[in-house]
Amino acid sequence: MGWTGKFLRVDLSAGTVKVEDLNRDWARQYLGQRGLATKYYVAEVDPKVDPLSPANKMIFTTGPLTGTAASTGGRYSVVTKGPLTNCIACSNSGGFFGNELKNAGWDMVIVEGKSPKPVYLSIENETVEIRDASDYWGKSVWETEHGLKALHQDPLLRVASIGAAGERGVLYAGIINDLHRAAGRSGVGAVMGSKNLKAVTVRGTRGVRVKDPERFIAATIAQKQVLADNAVTGQGLPKYGTQVLMNVINEMGAMPTRNFSAVEFEGAHKISGEAMHEPRATDGKANLVTNGACFGCTIACGRISRMDPGHFSIASRPQYRDASGGVEYEAAWAMGSDCGVDDLEACTFANFMCNEHGFDPISFGSTLAAAMELYEMGALTKEQTGGVELKFGSAEALVKMAELVGKGEGFGLELGQGSRRFCAKYGHPELSMTVKGQEFPAYDPRGIQGMGLTYATSNRGACHLRSYTVASEVLGIPFKTDPLVTDGKAALVKAFQDATAAFDASGLCIFTTFAWGLENLAPQLDAACEGEWTPEHLLEVGERIWTIERQFNLAAGMTAQDDTLPKRLLKDAAKTGPAKGLTSGLDKMLPEYYQLRGWTPDGVPTAETLKRLELA
Amino acid sequence: MATVTLKLFALLGARLPPGSVANATSVAVGEGATVATLIAGFGLPDKDCHLVLVNGAFIPVDSRAATPVAEGDVVSIWPPIGGG
Repeated sequence: MGWTGKFLRVDLSAGTVKVEDLNRDWARQYLGQRGLATKYYVAEVDPKVDPLSPANKMIFTTGPLTGTAASTGGRYSVVTKGPLTNCIACSNSGGFFGNELKNAGWDMVIVEGKSPKPVYLSIENETVEIRDASDYWGKSVWETEHGLKALHQDPLLRVASIGAAGERGVLYAGIINDLHRAAGRSGVGAVMGSKNLKAVTVRGTRGVRVKDPERFIAATIAQKQVLADNAVTGQGLPKYGTQVLMNVINEMGAMPTRNFSAVEFEGAHKISGEAMHEPRATDGKANLVTNGACFGCTIACGRISRMDPGHFSIASRPQYRDASGGVEYEAAWAMGSDCGVDDLEACTFANFMCNEHGFDPISFGSTLAAAMELYEMGALTKEQTGGVELKFGSAEALVKMAELVGKGEGFGLELGQGSRRFCAKYGHPELSMTVKGQEFPAYDPRGIQGMGLTYATSNRGACHLRSYTVASEVLGIPFKTDPLVTDGKAALVKAFQDATAAFDASGLCIFTTFAWGLENLAPQLDAACEGEWTPEHLLEVGERIWTIERQFNLAAGMTAQDDTLPKRLLKDAAKTGPAKGLTSGLDKMLPEYYQLRGWTPDGVPTAETLKRLELA
Repeated sequence: MATVTLKLFALLGARLPPGSVANATSVAVGEGATVATLIAGFGLPDKDCHLVLVNGAFIPVDSRAATPVAEGDVVSIWPPIGGG
């Protein structure tokens, strides 16, 4: 129960689809979604595999609460080895695709091999087919989704697809479902493209069974009330979305600006959550039209925006005048502050490009910021950029490059290789703000010290969603800690990492954790799933997930040397704000972190730790 | 008298005077003013003042009454918020 107990194995090379039973012992140990799919993945795939080769696999995976009545129960993840990082990749998305997959009767879809021609996978309950997608290859995500819905004559068909970015090898290409929800990070869309898999379509009407329906409904109602009563999940996120952070992080001097060369952005307010509500001077209308919710979500943090029809980016293109997915904080930061761009409409257009063509706004914005720094220092010329003046603050450059990356054309394809490869090519690898090859998110680790350790140790490369200590260090959730000190941060990061892994394995959204802890998740899982699900058991599951991800990365060739940050953050102190004079204190936190994890000083899990976690 | 900049964000923004720009307004405070007297003087409910920064530095609840505000200070306040 909770789990359907069955999954699909799709071999694109052979053109076959098989049904297999779920390993129940693994479900007890890894729960679902990020955990269970990672267990399957690491058991089946050589860690040294080339991520873009047919030998790599990718798993579309749900959690036991996906598709149920639990709040936010619409999540799915894609697990694979990422081409950007050569590490384990797990990218999580909302919308309605995950719910539909689960209701079709499948916990997971394991995709293997490579199709000789473009195909899509059609799932309608038990009817599963590999179908020709030649007509859609080269089409955008939006064209593909609309086209497949029309082809199937079903407006409720759910589609997860890639655009040209994924087809042409943009290494941070994502998979987009429901037009603007994304499994966005780590290049899972590039893996999909390498397999000639254009899309997965799903229609599911079978329902999801739970162990004790009466107890489950009571538990979900009680926990929805917790979300409704909480000021963050009940009021702040619905009204302002994640974009409320723009002013917070800037005011406290932890806003990475112009490729992390500064920690405060003078234009932050213009691209903030508050600004999205304000009437524009041009047409008197606000950028934000409404908020939006994914399947089953009672928070509804999504941003739905309509652009200024007179903005230079769309003045001659009326097809972009309809409302669509607006900027979230990370996107607004990466394409705004990090590039020095304070034009909300330009950021919104670039975000539309990310959704339409399927690529990650964080990695794109961060790579563009590095390119802008290279351009301004003379290491990159106008001839090399295709005639575009790549200066910090240029909304025109942002708009142009977003289109070029999305279509995988010209200089855009160079930017599509990500910051690490791009900066190395142009002779300045030190300007790449990445860990393990993945670009940073929107928090400067000089001003929020715990995030430095978070980035350095994240199993999928720099990422905020693996241990969001901002919640504690800035927002005071569940308790306030000082963002400027390193003391206690190793334990804080480990606790966030393990708890987050458990939530990511459940089928629910991590944003519930602004109101919930594992004690709120456990009763819902316990009522839905066989076995006994306590907060303690979930924490153990989370630590086990973290550890097998680490083991995979070590086997893939990562070492403790990769648990580090760019020199700019370790050597160059913040110049302004409360963090003035501070660098990241990673060296003070990392040894304690290894010790708390039960790892050697070289970052390798000890035999005792593996035995404790039932991994040896 | 001293003039400080008061910034109210998110749902607290509705409490700013009409015409405020970039969520900020200037406030004249008397001698001995503190963060706590500023909050009380502006009629802000304590429960809504979850995150309070003075010139970017966090001021805990129990330090607000002992934290003076002076000419040129920027006091920024948010209700409970989240994101990511």
